[in-house]
Amino acid sequence: MNAGLVLSRIWKEIRRSRSITICGGILVFIAALAVLGPLISPHSYLTTDFDGRFIEPTLNNFHIFGTDDLGRDLFVRTLMGGQITLLVAVIASFVSLVIGVAYGAVAGYVGGHIDAIMMRAVDALYALPFIFLVILLMVVFERNFLLIFVAIGAINWLDMARIVRGQTISLKQREFVDAAKLIGVPAWRIIFRHITPNLLGVVIVYVTLTIPQAILVESFLSFLGLGVQEPQTSLGALVNGGVRQMEQAPWMLLIPAVLLAVVLLCFNFLGDGLRDVFDPRQEAK
Amino acid sequence: MLRFALLRLLWAIPTLLLVIVLAFLMVHAAPGGPFDAERALPPEIEANIARAYHLDEALPQQFARYLGGVLRGDFGPSYRYRDYSVSELIGNAIPVSMKLGALAMALAVLVGISLGTLAALRQNSALDRLMMGLAMTGISIPVFVIAPLFILFFAVKLQWLPASWSGSTSAWRLLLPVVALALPQIAYIARLTRASMIEVLGSDFIRTARAQGLGTAAIIRYHAMKPAMLPVLSYMGPAIAAILTGSVVVEEIFGIPGVGQFFVRGALNRDYTLVLGIVIFYAALVILLNLIVDVLYGFLDPRIRHR
Amino acid sequence: MSLLEISGLSISYPGSAAVLDRLSFVIEKGESLGLVGESGSGKTQTALAIMGLLPTNARVAGGVVFDGTELLGQPERMLNLYRTRRMGIVFQDPMSALNPYVRIGAQLNRILLEHGLASDDEADSRSLEMLRLVGLPDVERQFRSYPHQLSGGMRQRVMIAAALIGKPDLLIADEPTTALDVTVQAQILGLLRGLRHEFNTALLLITHDLGVVAGNCERMIVLKDGKLIEEGMTPQIFAEPVHPVTRAMLAAARRSDFLARSHERTPKDQTPVLEIEGLAVSYAVPGERRSRKRLPAVQQLTMTIAPGETVALVGESGSGKTSLARAIVGLLPVQSGSMVLLGKPLTGRVESRPNALRRAVQMVFQDPVGSLNPAMRVDDIITEPLTVHEPDKIKANKDEVVAAMLRRVGLDDALKKRFPHELSGGQAQRVAIARALVLKPKILICDEAVAALDGSIRQDILELLRAEQQQSGLSLLFITHDLTTVRQISHRVLVMYLGRLCELADTESLFMRPKHPYTKALLDAVPIADPAIGIIVASDLGEAPSMLQPPSGCAFHPRCPYSISRCSEELPELQDFKKSSAACHRAAELAL
Ligand code: SF4
Repeated sequence: MNAGLVLSRIWKEIRRSRSITICGGILVFIAALAVLGPLISPHSYLTTDFDGRFIEPTLNNFHIFGTDDLGRDLFVRTLMGGQITLLVAVIASFVSLVIGVAYGAVAGYVGGHIDAIMMRAVDALYALPFIFLVILLMVVFERNFLLIFVAIGAINWLDMARIVRGQTISLKQREFVDAAKLIGVPAWRIIFRHITPNLLGVVIVYVTLTIPQAILVESFLSFLGLGVQEPQTSLGALVNGGVRQMEQAPWMLLIPAVLLAVVLLCFNFLGDGLRDVFDPRQEAK
Repeated sequence: MLRFALLRLLWAIPTLLLVIVLAFLMVHAAPGGPFDAERALPPEIEANIARAYHLDEALPQQFARYLGGVLRGDFGPSYRYRDYSVSELIGNAIPVSMKLGALAMALAVLVGISLGTLAALRQNSALDRLMMGLAMTGISIPVFVIAPLFILFFAVKLQWLPASWSGSTSAWRLLLPVVALALPQIAYIARLTRASMIEVLGSDFIRTARAQGLGTAAIIRYHAMKPAMLPVLSYMGPAIAAILTGSVVVEEIFGIPGVGQFFVRGALNRDYTLVLGIVIFYAALVILLNLIVDVLYGFLDPRIRHR
Repeated sequence: MSLLEISGLSISYPGSAAVLDRLSFVIEKGESLGLVGESGSGKTQTALAIMGLLPTNARVAGGVVFDGTELLGQPERMLNLYRTRRMGIVFQDPMSALNPYVRIGAQLNRILLEHGLASDDEADSRSLEMLRLVGLPDVERQFRSYPHQLSGGMRQRVMIAAALIGKPDLLIADEPTTALDVTVQAQILGLLRGLRHEFNTALLLITHDLGVVAGNCERMIVLKDGKLIEEGMTPQIFAEPVHPVTRAMLAAARRSDFLARSHERTPKDQTPVLEIEGLAVSYAVPGERRSRKRLPAVQQLTMTIAPGETVALVGESGSGKTSLARAIVGLLPVQSGSMVLLGKPLTGRVESRPNALRRAVQMVFQDPVGSLNPAMRVDDIITEPLTVHEPDKIKANKDEVVAAMLRRVGLDDALKKRFPHELSGGQAQRVAIARALVLKPKILICDEAVAALDGSIRQDILELLRAEQQQSGLSLLFITHDLTTVRQISHRVLVMYLGRLCELADTESLFMRPKHPYTKALLDAVPIADPAIGIIVASDLGEAPSMLQPPSGCAFHPRCPYSISRCSEELPELQDFKKSSAACHRAAELAL
């Protein structure tokens, strides 16, 4: 109920911000299109058509985004790719959210030596070129789809952990937590009623900012041919395909590239707007 | 201060070791082993190959041998480029990659900081909004989208610049790759600089400096620059990693025979020793550069230095 | 022609009422003018307007004429000709006002170089000379130091040096001593007085503290909500204030002059609610975890509190008073010694204490808003203690409890659905008091509970606490650095220095016949709100040493004007006198 109150207050603020409304709206629209579009279109993302290769975007036969080098309909493929990209990003962000919040909150609340060790470990991991390890992982384990979630989540939890820890520590030192202890509030209730609701804002902001990061990683891997595999596709894989044919069929590059950029842009603006609403001073250091 | 630097160094060593162990184990946990993809070989040949690559030894032994090699700068032979050792391949590719990365980094830092400072000084002006809008766009467009678009427009459509490195002798052949690689970082650094500069300019000690009658140039130079640069400096670590990652794509797209291109080829061909070697090389590079950034940071912030 | 003429100065910001409303006053050459007002009265805005430092979104009207030249609306370039050379300013918080990334010497040199007041070769020596002038010890070393390496008082001296380095005609000091301890405040004020005469500089001294004005300003003006309400010679205003607000401020400042509680029967002879004996508290030093160095925050402390009694705990920052309070409530672990509450031993951290004991001691914190959970509404905050202890009972009659408590602390029932950030400081502190009182504690610890509040609101809260005490026989442990508050509210006073008890005395005898030289120094340092008495020139005590390296023997000896050789060797025992006890070797012989 307490978290509900906070959420309703936040909701009021959010509706006042224009960038949040616009970007949120665009993202909802894209997500809806990605889910519904393939159902509407007469084409399937798998069907190849050797007589209908490299058709430019046209209303004819509903190839509104054209077709690719195998004659597959790009409208459906782009939307399928968008679906996969968004799915991977959301799940991966959720993974990093769970790890990061749990790790950061524990380190921050317990404090002392345990905190010092846990944070040293994060510092050390921070210096690792994770992306290369992930690539190695992908090479070795044959582009396992599940692995992508885990790998991306494992990269992105570090930021979340640092931020949540910083916030937890500063909350823990606030006088209202002392006051709660004095009136006899038990530890679990302090965590759930006094600390967590006040963490909510920061977490929401950083999840929003983690999603574009995850999208970047996934599309990077797919672009290199190490992520999502044919005939499945994602925006990164589509861009990769587009690059190969860009002199002959520029739309194959431009359409997924623009969609990818728009999605990333919207998430970034959304995160920025949310940060302005909550204004958590970054205390990650 | 010296203690601080040494402590950081002490942390860097186990970190690097951890990477090597992780990477090594990953490769050796590969289902089927490195020669799986090829058509079935007669058992005696397979055994020969295994012996040649020391695959018949126990894992700890293999690791010790490998680590010993790494310490001497020897990453073993490449699985695919049969006549070359991994070290040779990396060594030959380093100069061009270095050039690309260093130029991109320098460009990103110079342009990013200048634009960010300018935007901060003209806060909320039309110029500021325009630049920040562009910066946001820059952050949101991945390198592997920018690079092909560059080729499409500047090389294919306008034919101003060569599209690929190989086959070109133009002095400008690095321009497109460097800019493509630097753009997202320029955007990021500009945003960061602007934010921290605005925060610093709003702080009490800047008000004091104004009350002392110092001009804007002096305030920026003697009072604001250093504190405003600290967040930018601590972003250098991630920036280096991003430039490295980006260089993989950029080299592939522009056909530059650098470390990144070998990395992609190696990854797609499942050339384990090559990929393993490059991962370790990159890790060492990132850790080393991070170490330098950390120490620099400690040097700039007196409150850390005097601890 | 006056040095500075302010005429019809108004300042407002988009979307809010005017912060300054047609303010006019003048400052003559060499004169010192006091500008007095509570927070939000517009006094800092005035200072910023004179210096041309208002934020860009400020709307300003009127005139600021300096030596015949209008400064309002002038470009930065033109203002820079006046700043430093004609006028300088000292801000309230010397920590944030000095650049933490630049050495002290470089900051001063930069001013000289920018204004062409010294060449590259001369700059160092000029800056050093200035630092010497403001009484900075060990000047050569401080010259190369960063601000965080200096103590608060030293930093403020550096600020003053920076403001006076161009030998300006006008020095503006905006609450220059508010962030400092009282003994340091006296030194800084003394320094300002001396330098003002030496440089023949006019002074605009901005403060909320009438005592500061009384000893330092010939003339004064009083601001209230952005309007000038009183103006005149300082002695005259103190003698015959015209405006009711001025009268109220003066009355509040002087309340220390009648002993509010001296005639009350002191209840200290009853069985104490709380007995503390030989208590020691220490904690790990941040950043020194490896060396296992512990900071001895409280040592060998013995005290009692009787039912219905108010004991004040006084000391400078770092004296250990807050650590003592936190140890009593169980937020800090006790190292040695014993505490007995209501006849039962009080041990362990708050989480492990039995409910009855935990409920018996409650605390009100310094930051009124920070001690309330920003995500909870007032009614939930007030009833949370009961929700935890008597969940079934409170569910049924929550509304009545909330209404009753709000009435008890003098708040309107309409506030019960507010969030903390929608409350004023005074209201928030009342909510915090209600939350503490709802458990019917025996002892209420107030840790600087009124320090963040303005004069009149502070009086209201003190009044509330006193009424509460009279009704329910509550004991109060009142932690404060403000001796005026002490005199108003407490029966007995406990003075601490570097973690040790210096003096424990009845309030009256402490103020009239202090037995410990440190108590005396504290009393002398308080500016007296009466220009007729003038200034008691406090001896230059320097600042408190670090607790990490407490001086040997009597910890006060490096600063004590009465110290003898024995003082640095032997720890003084607590000696009992008629109405007090003091830990000083010379307590018996000295007539302080
Ligand atoms: S013991 Fe000595 S140094 Fe300490 S207060 Fe008394 S006279 Fe001063």
